[in-house]
Amino acid sequence: MNILEMRNITKCFGAVKALDNVSLSVTAGEIHALVGENGAGKSTLMNVLSGVYPYGTYSGEIIFQGERCAFRSIRESERKGIAIIHQDLALIPYLSIAENIFLGNERVKWGVINWEKTRQDAVSLLEKVGLKENPNMLIKDLGVGKQQLVEIAKALAKEVKLLILDEPTAALNEEDSDNLLRLLLELKKSGITAILISHKLNEVIKVADAITILRDGTTIETIDVRNGEINEDRIIKGMVGRELTDRFPKRRPKIGEVYLEINNWTVYDPKIEGRKVIKDVSIRVHRGEIVGISGLMGSGRTEFAMSIFGKAYGRQISGEIIKAGKKLMINSIQNAIKNGLAYATEDRKNAGLILINDLRQNISLASLDKISKRWIIRDHEETRVATEYRSKLNIRSSSIYQKIQNLSGGNQQKVMLAKWIFAAPDILILDEPTRGIDVGAKYEIYTIINQLAEEGKAIIFISSELPEVLGLCDRIYVMNEGRIVGELTKGDASQEKIMRCIMQSMQSTQNNRGVYNGDGKNDANREI
Amino acid sequence: METAKMMQTVKYESIGYTLKANIRQYAMLIALVVIMIFFQITTGILLVPMNVTNLILQNSYVLILAIGMTLCILTGGNIDLSVGSVAAFIAAIVGTLIIEQKMDVTTAIIIGLLMGGVIGVWQGFWIAYVRIPAFIVTLAGMLMFRGLTNTILKGLTLSPFPRSFQSISSGYLPDLFPFIKGFNLTPIVFSAIFSIFLILTQLKKRRAKIKNNTGVIPPVLFLSQLLLIIVAVNLFAYALAAYRGIPIVLVILVALIAGYHFFATKTVPGRYIYAMGGNERAAQLSGVDTNRVLFFVYLNMAVLSAVAGIVFAARTDSAFPLMGSGFELDAIAACFIGGASATGGVGTVIGAIVGALVMGVLNNGMIMMGIGSDWQMTIKGFVLLMAVAFDVLSKNRAK
Repeated sequence: MNILEMRNITKCFGAVKALDNVSLSVTAGEIHALVGENGAGKSTLMNVLSGVYPYGTYSGEIIFQGERCAFRSIRESERKGIAIIHQDLALIPYLSIAENIFLGNERVKWGVINWEKTRQDAVSLLEKVGLKENPNMLIKDLGVGKQQLVEIAKALAKEVKLLILDEPTAALNEEDSDNLLRLLLELKKSGITAILISHKLNEVIKVADAITILRDGTTIETIDVRNGEINEDRIIKGMVGRELTDRFPKRRPKIGEVYLEINNWTVYDPKIEGRKVIKDVSIRVHRGEIVGISGLMGSGRTEFAMSIFGKAYGRQISGEIIKAGKKLMINSIQNAIKNGLAYATEDRKNAGLILINDLRQNISLASLDKISKRWIIRDHEETRVATEYRSKLNIRSSSIYQKIQNLSGGNQQKVMLAKWIFAAPDILILDEPTRGIDVGAKYEIYTIINQLAEEGKAIIFISSELPEVLGLCDRIYVMNEGRIVGELTKGDASQEKIMRCIMQSMQSTQNNRGVYNGDGKNDANREI
Repeated sequence: METAKMMQTVKYESIGYTLKANIRQYAMLIALVVIMIFFQITTGILLVPMNVTNLILQNSYVLILAIGMTLCILTGGNIDLSVGSVAAFIAAIVGTLIIEQKMDVTTAIIIGLLMGGVIGVWQGFWIAYVRIPAFIVTLAGMLMFRGLTNTILKGLTLSPFPRSFQSISSGYLPDLFPFIKGFNLTPIVFSAIFSIFLILTQLKKRRAKIKNNTGVIPPVLFLSQLLLIIVAVNLFAYALAAYRGIPIVLVILVALIAGYHFFATKTVPGRYIYAMGGNERAAQLSGVDTNRVLFFVYLNMAVLSAVAGIVFAARTDSAFPLMGSGFELDAIAACFIGGASATGGVGTVIGAIVGALVMGVLNNGMIMMGIGSDWQMTIKGFVLLMAVAFDVLSKNRAK
């Protein structure tokens, strides 16, 4: 019997169809995995289900336990027994475990919190999820793995029937991941259905009873795992199997000498003591070359790029940066810019642009010294520059005085590019430069990137979209868990190969723990 | 050909659009004018020459503080609660040096300003480099410097200052045309020069905008705007001329306002302040040293507090333990009435000046109407709330 039936779900954001006629059926009591590339629509589909996008903002129907549902908020879906655990946990750090478990669902008597019952229930829930901690402990003192368990306890407190986990193991180490997966299997025995969103295909294969593959906002297929063998290649093919058409402008690469070398780059997490985020990474980039860094979300790409850019991320950074044969000591962002580096962030709204300022001020911000004399900004220079870049990059706006917040995503992205192109860097790091923008604007941005390479700049291109990396880059580094796990040249690279690099590296870390079991084949894997 | 192209492409923005885009600026100016007319009618003496001069003298210190406070607020809604106490502390130091130590006035003032700088370094360090919220650091400063003021003054009032010190607040520029009796022509000469300067620069700016095809306001609006400013400035100059000429404080004020307006709108550090308030992370990633910006802004605020303290001491001809209490709130209110955003990145020096004048005129007018200080406070609080509410509502509608 199906506990959940989603039929023909279509959800649009403006002109972009995030979900196109997606259907999903989940049998009661199974673990159903949902896989697909970033942007395939997994999270959107779950947000539709849980009421984050209220009824009416999408089309199609949802039938849960034989009942047609029209959730207008998360509260309504929770009341029916659907709980979603997001990638970034929604716990309150300065409240205790027990308080978090019953947040919004307090154990009360006459409108006053019944602390005795809160404690008792918390203890029994913690037992269920296998967390041996005092319920009075503050969340901030727990590791991520344990916090994840508290989230699940919180869902159980609401008498959950369908538990949705969005990348639950992304931030966990192997041991915690194993724990979590084991817990999922136990919960299954007690009759709870789960939807698991995960990039880690080995985990999916380990626990899932059925797998639904999404790609570009459509359902590709649902595979019933119980009925036969399944391997990762089969899933990967479903995830990426699409024809590459003419989505990328042509370019004949003119690659020069090695221009940027980064050796043995290691970075520690700025918040968590002793956690390495980037582990001994070495890369090199030639003049006129576009080098891609591919990897899943959370693989450390952004952290790597930002730590190079004047230590904008991380601490205890070690390793060397060599530009044109000269070793650089870069300790601040100002210094990085002076040394010809530029980093266009993935998070353009929060970290890239000043939304309440206009085009002009945003374009000039990183290079005010170029348009000023003795600290006085020359108005006409600034206007001229803004006008020039607006037409050069074809930024569609009412004028150079339009505020950034009123521009579309693609045009905002172009403003950010304009800012960094005007800064005239030698090395340009672009982090997800096409995230959330439409196909037409993407093409324009590819063209701009090609031109920059043509001019002899060294370009590092970070993207989660594999086709884009393959279509644009001359060489691709594959990154996973803070390490370079593969290097592929353009002729050599394919989506399957990139995915395989990632999967193999995960297996090798896992098997490395298995070394204790006497499995000796791992060293080869680790070398990839 | 150049001109032909120009004539084709001159792009006028509609009057409606212009008004809407600048509604905040216009609204507060209009409010100021309305308030002035209201008090002129009810009291009959708000705009007589003597009172116009008085308005400037009475509000000079708030105007000075509002300038610095604007920069603080611009960095991200940070305020400085210590300005009143710092002003009093500096006044106490300068007072002690001049009255008790018999120090030379100029040297004492320089020492006072330097002490302001030292206080700025102290507070700026905690705010910018230790990143303790400005609210807390300056709350501590408010208590500490009030306490130190009391210590220095031993709880007593210092008075009187020598004539030369008093003249900062009560002196006037010498009349350049002493042969004209009963009328000080100097302000008129200055306002005439200013008017010509204004016309020339505005025309030049407009021409440049037309050339760049960036859209200008229609000629009618442009001319009437220009005319209004010139009439206002000249009437103001006339009022000064009919009384005793240009107060020295006014010279200090005009220099500070012009200087800081220029600084905020035309210089690189000024731009950094706006950028930081607009989005601190984005500013950092664009190479702005936001710690340094924050440090400088609070250093500057403390120096301006010292200036305000000296001006106020000169005006009251004394230094006393409770002087300057409540200044901080007047200055903060002036900035918000003048259109500064509580989250930073939005606001102007000129706006804060208009805001301070609104408060000043309200004070002055209500006193002359014989309204008690209880009601004055209530009304001022209400005006602040309404001004910001207007801001929020007009922004919401724009969305």
